[in-house]
Amino acid sequence: MNFALSEEQEMLRTMARDFLTNKCPKTLVKEMEIDEKGYSPQLWKEMVELGWMGLAFPEKYGGAGMTFLDMAILLEEMGRACLPGPFFSSVILGGLPILEFGSEEQKQEYLLKIAKGEKNLTLAIAESDARYDAASIAVKATAEGNAYVINGTKLFVPDAHIADYLLCVARTGKQAKTESGITIFIADAKSPGISYTVLKTLGRDKLCEVVFNRVKVPKENILGQLDKGWDAVKRIIERATVAKCCEMTGNLQQMLDMTVSYAKERIQFERPIGSFQIIQHYCSDMLTDVQGARFSTYQAAWRLNEGLPCTKEIAVAKAWTGQAFERVNALSHQVHGAIGFTMDHDLHFYTMRGKAAAATFGDADFYREVVAQEMGL
Amino acid sequence: MDFKFTEEQEKFRQEVRDFLEEEIRLGTFVPKPDVWMTAHSLEFTRKVAAKGWIGLNYPKEYGGQGRSWMDRLILTEEMVRYGAPTALHWFGDRQVGRSILAYGSEEQKRELLPKIIKGEASFALGMSEPEAGSDLASLKTRAKEDGDYFIIDGQKVWTTGRDRNYIYLIARTDPNVPKHKGLSEFVVDTTLPGVTIRPLVTIAGEEEFNEVFFDGVRVHKKWMLGEKNRGWYQIASQLDFERAGIERLMGNYPLFEAIIKFAKETKRDGKALSKESSIRERLAQLRIELDVGRMFAYWVATLMDKGHVPNWEAAMCKAYSTAFEKHLSSAAVEILGLYGQLVSDSKYVPIEGMAPHSYLVSKGYSLQGGTTEILKNIVAQRGLGLPRE
Repeated sequence: MNFALSEEQEMLRTMARDFLTNKCPKTLVKEMEIDEKGYSPQLWKEMVELGWMGLAFPEKYGGAGMTFLDMAILLEEMGRACLPGPFFSSVILGGLPILEFGSEEQKQEYLLKIAKGEKNLTLAIAESDARYDAASIAVKATAEGNAYVINGTKLFVPDAHIADYLLCVARTGKQAKTESGITIFIADAKSPGISYTVLKTLGRDKLCEVVFNRVKVPKENILGQLDKGWDAVKRIIERATVAKCCEMTGNLQQMLDMTVSYAKERIQFERPIGSFQIIQHYCSDMLTDVQGARFSTYQAAWRLNEGLPCTKEIAVAKAWTGQAFERVNALSHQVHGAIGFTMDHDLHFYTMRGKAAAATFGDADFYREVVAQEMGL
Repeated sequence: MDFKFTEEQEKFRQEVRDFLEEEIRLGTFVPKPDVWMTAHSLEFTRKVAAKGWIGLNYPKEYGGQGRSWMDRLILTEEMVRYGAPTALHWFGDRQVGRSILAYGSEEQKRELLPKIIKGEASFALGMSEPEAGSDLASLKTRAKEDGDYFIIDGQKVWTTGRDRNYIYLIARTDPNVPKHKGLSEFVVDTTLPGVTIRPLVTIAGEEEFNEVFFDGVRVHKKWMLGEKNRGWYQIASQLDFERAGIERLMGNYPLFEAIIKFAKETKRDGKALSKESSIRERLAQLRIELDVGRMFAYWVATLMDKGHVPNWEAAMCKAYSTAFEKHLSSAAVEILGLYGQLVSDSKYVPIEGMAPHSYLVSKGYSLQGGTTEILKNIVAQRGLGLPRE
C-alpha cells in the first residue's frame, strides 16, 4: 500500500498547477462563462503543446502513452483551477471511449485529431428522466439502408454546441427500458437535423439540449457492437465518474486551502479568526473530508487503471466526494463570512461548479444504491 | 501509488483469520463488539503470544518479529473484526512497550519487553485524574524523590483496566516548574503496598475503568521511564500510537455484520428489511464511511512504515473513526425499531442485544484516548498550522 505519488507524478502535478495558475486565472474563467464557445483557443493550443489531450492515448495515436492515473492528477489540477472548456468532454467522454471500444479505423480517424486539439467530442446520454440507467434511454435509432436514423432529445450534454462529433447513446432494440438493444453512435455534430440549445446552468458550463430530428448516421459509425452497447456505456460512465471525482478533489482542496489562508489572515477581536476553536474544528472537519475524497478517488482511479474490478470503489468515491463537497463548501462559506458571498471573491466558482459536479454521472443517492447492491442487501 | 496488499500480506491476513476461526471453533472466545479493551482471556493472550503476534513489529533484538506497521495493522484489523478478547496484551503491545523501546533503560527493556511479548505483562494506563482530563499536563499525582525511590501520592481516574500486572503512570516530579516540564513516567507494579484500585461502572455496565489511589507507594528509581521531568515530551508519541489504531474504527464491527445479516434475514410485509429503501441507504452509507475510515488507518500505517510519527494524522483518524462507530451503533438501534430497546438476554432480544449495549459504550469512544475536541485542535494546529489562542 502506498498513498504517495511517484516523483514523476509529483512533477506532473507541479507543472500542471503552475501552468494553470498562470494561464487560467479567474479572469479567464469569468470571461469564458459568457463566451459563446466557452474556452480560449490560445490556452487550448498551449495545452495541446503540453500533450495534455493525448496524455493517456498510446503514442501510435498521437498520445504520450501515459496512464489514466496520470490523467487523474491532471484532472485534479483542472478542477482546482476551474478550467473552462471541452477537455473533459473531448478526452474523457469522447477519446478514451473510442480508444477502448473503437475499431482500428475509428481510432485512426479520431484519436490523433483529439490529441492535436483539432476536434472536439462529447457524450450524449441523459434524457428527460435525468438518470444514467438503461431504462431512461428512449432516443431511438432506426435502421434505414446503410444508416441509422436517430430521433429524440438528449439533455445535459456538455459542450455539444462546439462539438465535431457526438457519441450518442440510442435504443436500437425493439423493447423499451431494457439494457439490451442499446447502441453508441458517433454522430457528426453538424449533421442536418441536429439542433442545440445551450442551457443556463449553476456551473456556468455549456450543457446543452440536443434535439435529433431524423439524423442519419452511417452504420460504420457504431462504436462497439450493435444492440450490445450498454456494457460499454457503463464503463464510459464509470470512468467519467472517477474523472469527475478527480476534478472535485481539486475543487475541495482549493476550498480548504483558501479557507485556511483566510482564517490565518482575517483579524477580528484582535486575533486571527483561525485561533478560535470552532474555526479550527471546522477546518479539521474540512481536512478530513478532503482526505477522504482524495483517498477514495485515487483508489478508484488506481483500480480502474490496473483493470481491477472497481464498481464498489467508484461508488464509494463519488458518493463520498459529493457529500464531502456540501460539507466543505458550507464550512468554507461560514469561515469566509460575507466576503465569500460576493462575486468578487473566488469561492463562488467552487460552490457552483462543485454542486453541479455532485449531480453529474450519478449523485450520492445513486451510488449509495450501487454500494447497497454490492453489499448484497 | 498502490492500493492493494502484497501476496505475503494477503497470506498473513488469512493466517490470522484461520487462527481466529479455529479459536472460535474451540470455544476460546465468542465474537463480540467493543471487547478489544475489556475482554480478558489469559488463554487467548498466551496463544497470540505463542504465534509471535504480540510485539509483531518490535525489533528482533528484544524478541519482536521486526515486521512492519502494515503487518501489525492487518493483524489488529482481524482481531477487532472478529471481536477477539485482546485486553490483556493490547496496551502493552500498542503503546507501553513502544515507550519502553523509545525511552527505557537497557535493564527495563530486558526485563519488560520479553514479558510483554510473551503475554505475561498486562498494563493499565494511569494518566487522567479527577482534575486533569483533557488538560492532562495539570495532573497532580506526586512522585517525590527519596534516595533510591520515588514516593507516589495521589489519585488517578479512568485508569483502564482492571486486573493488570502494571500501571503505566505519569506523575509530577517537580512542582516548581511550568506544568509541562515537571512530569515523569513510571512503570508501577500493581501489587506494591499503597496501591488501591476501585472499579468505576460505566453506563454500559462495564467495570474496566478504575479509580487508583496511591498512598505512599515506594517505586524504585529503576522503574522510572526515560528522563526525569521529560515525561510530557515522552508521552506525546505514546498518545499518537494510542490514537492511530484501527480498533478506533472497527471496535464494534461485529455489530455491523450482525445488523446487516439481521436486515437481510428479517421480513416485514413479505420482504426483507434490507429491501426497504431507508434501511438500504443507512447501511450503504455506513459501508461508505467505513471504507473511507479504513483508508485513513492504512494511510497512517504507511506513514509509520516510512518512519514518520503521525500526530495530527492519528488525531484525525481517531476523531473520524470514533464518529463512525457512534454512527454505527445508533443506526443499529434505530434499524431495530422497538426491538432496539431490548437488552442482554431478554425474551425477543435481536442480535444478542449488541446494538443497545454498543450504543451505550459508544458514548465513551469520542472521549477516551483523547476527546474529539482536543483531537480536532491538534489537526488544525499541527496539520494546518492554525494559530493557538
